[in-house]
Amino acid sequence: MTEQSQSAIVVEGLAKSFPGVRAVDALSFDVRVGEIFGLVGPDGAGKTTTLRMLAGIMPSDAGTATVAGFNVALDPEGAKHSLSYMPQRFGLYEDLTVEENIRFYADLFGVRATERNLRSTQLLDAAGMSEFRMRLAGKLSGGMKQKLGLVCALIHRPKVILLDEPTTGVDPVSRRDFWRILYELVAEGVAILTSTAYLDEAERCHRVALMHQGKLLFCDTPVNLKANMGKGVLSIIAAEPRRVRNELKDAEGISSVLLTGDGVHIVVDDAARRIPEFEARLKHAGISFDAILKVAPSIEDLFVDAVSAGVATHA
Amino acid sequence: MSLTRLLAVARKEVVQILRDSRSLMIVIVMPAILVILFGYGVNLDLKGMPVYVLDRDGSQQSQDLLKHFQNSEYFHISRVVTDYAELTRALDDGHAKMGIVIPWDFSQRLRDGRLIEVQALVDASDDNTANVLIGYTQAVVQNYSAQVQIDWLRQRGLAIQPAAMSVETRTWYNEDLESSAFIIPGVLALVMSVIGAFLTSLTIAREWERGTMEQLISTPVTAMEIMLGKLAPYFVLGMLDTIMTALIAIYWFHVPFRGSWITLMIASAMFLVVVLSLGFLISVLAKNQFAASQIALLVTFLPAFLLSGFLFSIEQMPIVLQGITRILPARYYVSVLKKIFLKGTSTSMLYADLIPLTIFTFVLALAATRSFHKRLE
Amino acid sequence: MPDVSNAVTVESLVKRFGDFVAVDKINLEVRKGEVFGFLGPNGAGKSTTIRMLCGLLKPTSGRATVAEFDVSKNPEAVRQNIGYMSQKFSLYNDLKVIENLRLFAGLYSVPSKSLTSRIEWALQMANLKGQENLITGTLPGGWKQRLALGCAVLHKPPIIFLDEPTSGVDPITRRQFWDLIHQMAEEGITAFVTTHYMEEAEYCNRLALIFRGRIVALGTPSELKRNSMSGELLLVECAPLGAAVEALQSASGVMDAAVFGNALHLVVRDAAVAVPQLEKFLAGRNITVSRMEKIRPSLEDVFVSITTNEEVSK
Repeated sequence: MTEQSQSAIVVEGLAKSFPGVRAVDALSFDVRVGEIFGLVGPDGAGKTTTLRMLAGIMPSDAGTATVAGFNVALDPEGAKHSLSYMPQRFGLYEDLTVEENIRFYADLFGVRATERNLRSTQLLDAAGMSEFRMRLAGKLSGGMKQKLGLVCALIHRPKVILLDEPTTGVDPVSRRDFWRILYELVAEGVAILTSTAYLDEAERCHRVALMHQGKLLFCDTPVNLKANMGKGVLSIIAAEPRRVRNELKDAEGISSVLLTGDGVHIVVDDAARRIPEFEARLKHAGISFDAILKVAPSIEDLFVDAVSAGVATHA
Repeated sequence: MSLTRLLAVARKEVVQILRDSRSLMIVIVMPAILVILFGYGVNLDLKGMPVYVLDRDGSQQSQDLLKHFQNSEYFHISRVVTDYAELTRALDDGHAKMGIVIPWDFSQRLRDGRLIEVQALVDASDDNTANVLIGYTQAVVQNYSAQVQIDWLRQRGLAIQPAAMSVETRTWYNEDLESSAFIIPGVLALVMSVIGAFLTSLTIAREWERGTMEQLISTPVTAMEIMLGKLAPYFVLGMLDTIMTALIAIYWFHVPFRGSWITLMIASAMFLVVVLSLGFLISVLAKNQFAASQIALLVTFLPAFLLSGFLFSIEQMPIVLQGITRILPARYYVSVLKKIFLKGTSTSMLYADLIPLTIFTFVLALAATRSFHKRLE
Repeated sequence: MPDVSNAVTVESLVKRFGDFVAVDKINLEVRKGEVFGFLGPNGAGKSTTIRMLCGLLKPTSGRATVAEFDVSKNPEAVRQNIGYMSQKFSLYNDLKVIENLRLFAGLYSVPSKSLTSRIEWALQMANLKGQENLITGTLPGGWKQRLALGCAVLHKPPIIFLDEPTSGVDPITRRQFWDLIHQMAEEGITAFVTTHYMEEAEYCNRLALIFRGRIVALGTPSELKRNSMSGELLLVECAPLGAAVEALQSASGVMDAAVFGNALHLVVRDAAVAVPQLEKFLAGRNITVSRMEKIRPSLEDVFVSITTNEEVSK
């Protein structure tokens, strides 16, 4: 990529605790200009807390965070002119129309009327929502609400966008639309930090940080992460997946065996070596199967492997 | 401070109020209902109290006495009974508030110039009413007694002495002793409490509850802009409702208005700021709309109703409660209202009430501005 | 063929709300002990179908049997023979684990003589033995899911309905949960799962995709990836990315082109034919290609492909 590797967000040693829980534990990472950075992990991993601290609406306990050049701990309000935050829960006004919501947020960011009208038309068109201008936000579908949230977030041309699980509950087609808009944005030089509990969505990000219980497990591009996994992943399609699993679960070289609906998903140390071994074993046991294929590891495989092994690496 | 942002918040609040039928009802209908309720529904006057009479004499003179009672607008002789038991039964049932027993030798004693005792039995289960009745009765009897003495003297050709002393009562400020005039000005305080505190208490709590606050505080808008922007519409509505309620009081209920409109507006504006600040504080501190509204009612409406002097006079309250009323802003506002409406007191005479009110205004407004932080925790 | 081996049979099921047809003649069969997934976006007719199968809503026409009871004629019997685990956690957070279990045992009318043994079984299966006295609200997410599942099966129903049971839950917990479901399936309990979460769909033996009230695909996850996808999926790594995606969208043989992370995903009619063609195409526009290969579509790709076709054909 030829974009400058300037950092729009720099996080160092960020920490936050609530009674009895270390929500965020010595987190360090950076998000570059023109990049979509994914904060990935299940509920309770610390993603929302991290985003809230970066948005300047929750104080941190330790560490520093710099967003669009402003130190968020010392000057939480400073960065707000250049950033947008979309919380996990729909944050716009359901009793206001699409147009009224946009106008409200435009005014809050000091966007002048002419610029606002131009930009809102542009954005609503891109989102396919032009005919819904006068509709109350509460009457929009889930996917549309998220898109409206994005329009309001973009009305003032922010440099940094913070999104908390923006596609949760949204159907796959709307999800695609949403991501298309994000890709267009980064092409214009915006930095986007998004969190997701959908591990497969991590693949769509330029770089990914896997979080678990407040800590960072990995931080790198999806491609590198998979390449560095050092393990192989096999997929066996079979009519009786349970039998296959039971037969192979104690075999040598296996890190984990997962039963899927129509097969078995196995993480092994050396794919090339184990495939013939397993084929032989299954044939010997008289268990039929379609094929044993080496597949690319998914982010989920990475995650499970790391957590089970208790490993945490920094890239 | 950005005017654009402040206006944006205010505009949004107005749109939301207009689209919420419950808020609209409270703003438009409730003040009118309160005025009508208290204007017509509450009547502290005692007029035409039912009286039963047992006249054991039945003479011209006893009839004369009874006529004095009948002529008084406070009494209404509803029944003449023939035995004592019936009288007491009527008092027990509540058919009579008072019973008069005239002794069999009434006229005879009168002729002989001896002391006569007329018995009045009063239902004191409501002691306020009882006290008033007793007072009126004594007045009627004394009046009659004086009349008798004058006649007696005249009959004997003696010089009529001028009355030693008579009490001429003039009721100032509320000539007809209409209790509605006494009550209605105070209704303004109630109206303000509901609009100022109750409605406002919902505003911040609602945004937290619905999740819109989280996004709002991530924008450059300041805490002060949020506060002023949210309270401005309620201030305007409160002042409009004040004017509306005052006009209904004056033109519909004919409550006299003798003071200055400017003073009324200033005092109302101050009290409005007080209740708005309270409402805002409650909204910030309470975790949800339900709790906020309950607290608001408890802290503003209820004291305004019971302890501000609106309905129940402060001087007649136990000392402890009187002390408590001193820390109620509503007490000072109600006092100012009554003085402006009924007495036409000049503004300089109102300082005893206005100064505490001003102090409250500043203290609470300051507390409100300090209370709200753009932070999740 | 007799219906005996089917936990659920649906024949031409229709539900109309006024003029709106929410469910439009769907047919399916779920075998006993199968883990069946019902996939589709919100508003597609999923919830309406589920409600009919749970005996909560009367069908407009058509027939459905659940656990051998007809949903129209005998909804009460249906309800007594199913377990239901909802997406939003429906246990009482201020009760202890054991108290929740007892409550649900009561609600499902578990006979008192089997009460203790059933609760034991549920605790065992949910791996919560020894945790009976913990307050439900304090349990970690995964444990709550297992408890909710335990409560849903106390009355040992032959079939359970699960509504997005593991969205948001961490992958390890999710895997353990699904192991549980498969275990129960082995014991003969059928699981009917609804979700719009593709990762969950992979755990199902068979899937039905519902879109606008109709079933648009039916089969095992692999079958769907193989057969229902119109076209094949290519992964392309090249630079500059933006220019590439624009150019490719209008290239012949390319049905869809989209950015995906640091690469492009292309849907082409025939990968073998397309790869050399496109390499030439891109080279001609000064776009350097570092990688171009066929990849297996995910269920999401399949879903988008099917629904886009459905849109087009309307």
